[in-house]
Amino acid sequence: MSVLAAEGISLVLGGKRVLESVDAVFSGGRVTALLGSNGAGKSSLLACLAGLHAPEAGRATLGGAEVRAMPAPARARRIGFLPQAADVHWNIDVATLVALGRLPWRGRWGETAADRAAAEAALAATGMTAFARRGVEHLSGGERARALLARVLAGEPEWLLADEPLASLDPAHQLEVGAQLRAVAAGGSGVVLVVHDLNLAARLADDVVLLRDGRVVAAGAAEDVLTAALVGATYGLTVETGVTATGQRYIVPVGRPG
Amino acid sequence: MTRATTLLALGVLIAAILSVAAGKVWVPLDAWTAADPRSIIIVELRLPRTILALAVGAALGMSGAAMQGYLRNPLADPGLFGVSSGAAFGAVCSLYFGYAAQTWLLPGFALFGAAATMAALALIAGRSGSLILFTLAGMILTSITGSLTALALSLAPTPFAASEIMTWLMGALTDRSWNEVVVSVPLIVLGMAVLARTARSLDALTLGEQAARSMGVDPHRLQLAVIVGVALTVGASVAAAGVIGFVGLIVPHLVRPFAGHRPSATLLPAALGGALLLTVADSLVRLAPTVSELRLGIAMSMLGGPFFLYLLISMRRRLA
Repeated sequence: MSVLAAEGISLVLGGKRVLESVDAVFSGGRVTALLGSNGAGKSSLLACLAGLHAPEAGRATLGGAEVRAMPAPARARRIGFLPQAADVHWNIDVATLVALGRLPWRGRWGETAADRAAAEAALAATGMTAFARRGVEHLSGGERARALLARVLAGEPEWLLADEPLASLDPAHQLEVGAQLRAVAAGGSGVVLVVHDLNLAARLADDVVLLRDGRVVAAGAAEDVLTAALVGATYGLTVETGVTATGQRYIVPVGRPG
Repeated sequence: MTRATTLLALGVLIAAILSVAAGKVWVPLDAWTAADPRSIIIVELRLPRTILALAVGAALGMSGAAMQGYLRNPLADPGLFGVSSGAAFGAVCSLYFGYAAQTWLLPGFALFGAAATMAALALIAGRSGSLILFTLAGMILTSITGSLTALALSLAPTPFAASEIMTWLMGALTDRSWNEVVVSVPLIVLGMAVLARTARSLDALTLGEQAARSMGVDPHRLQLAVIVGVALTVGASVAAAGVIGFVGLIVPHLVRPFAGHRPSATLLPAALGGALLLTVADSLVRLAPTVSELRLGIAMSMLGGPFFLYLLISMRRRLA
């Protein structure tokens, strides 16, 4: 499994510096959460890793090769990107939506048996097979999130980069989609998530990268990084941490220091 | 090819045959041979007119479907780019200066108008690939070329030129010859080929611009392909037939329920549907018992306006 890395990435967007010399290494087969307050640069870093922004300095690499230098179709086959906006502009059915995930693989003569098999597997993995013929306008928020995840999974990417995939979901669906993301990592793909919910990050992530003002505060295994001191420093908050009766770590912000 | 597309193709074929036969003089199939004196009506008048109706209808239908897919807006129309009003202004210039007597000059001016508007659009929208900038630039160019056309009309050197401009602006396929076919059809075919190549990118755009880029779509190349494709199809259509509105708006809507909502799935059916609609409409205006022939452009607007209203009313509940 190749390694996805940010090597000294600095990024300016709309005249504002959003990332400053960011170094981070992401491992395949693991779930990494990008955490930080609003405007810390999480989504920008994710988009850089997907090759969607041209950094002012530094580069994103996949297996040592610069992501932005890769031919677009090859990059799209290896890196699946799930944007924050859950846009689906036409009322296509779920099967058609998921089949769009195969576009980077599609040859000149249209859909192949492999394309259909991958789309069906993605529908099954997200529990959306029964919804295949339903129009996206008639899906609930949770079903829509799963259908969009299935779209990315249909591309069988080595890397799944998802920008707040759990943000609009209720707790039950957060756990469900979270479990699906963990299953993707268990299958060998690398998963990088932008997350706002600290407790979800603690539950889902193997590794965590903490960002503040476009810089990396800390990066490493979740249990080493999600400490009261580091999380508090990242958000400028006083934070309490603990472990539930079932062994689940929790993080509770309690207020501003002082 | 889906069943709906096959049926549409069959409809186009039947409409084309009837369109060649129908008119003030009905020419039955057995009179189409060279031996019959009526065959001259077929060869010199009806055939070029039918071919133009098919080509212009297909061009407007397909460019409408491509525009709606690209802008992800069901109310988008090829006219939005300013290409058709640019082409119209070019043609009006040739009428204003009295150049239109030469066969090639009017379509030539119209194509130049379309190309100039397209170049201006590409320059203003730049390399940003931004949809909002692009749409606003198109609307502004439409308004500028529209007011220039009005200026040319108001300053027309002779009443004859003014009336010629007015008549031409209404859009029609009356008295078209093989010259218009030779000028316009190859450009329309080329434009449609360019638009057909955007199919996959238009599908990816269903998921938004960022997702499409992550799926390997180059927004600048796509924008350029859409501009060039629409400029060729719409520019060549206006050069041949004047301004015929609403086909690009109506037809994609009519075919979408049968073809599926995926943008690429509507391109071919919209082309066939446009060809069918315009061929039937042109045959009907020819057959209508009016003193002078009803202008095709007016007939389409009479149909299109109420359709637009119906569309808005049916969408009102969702928009409110």
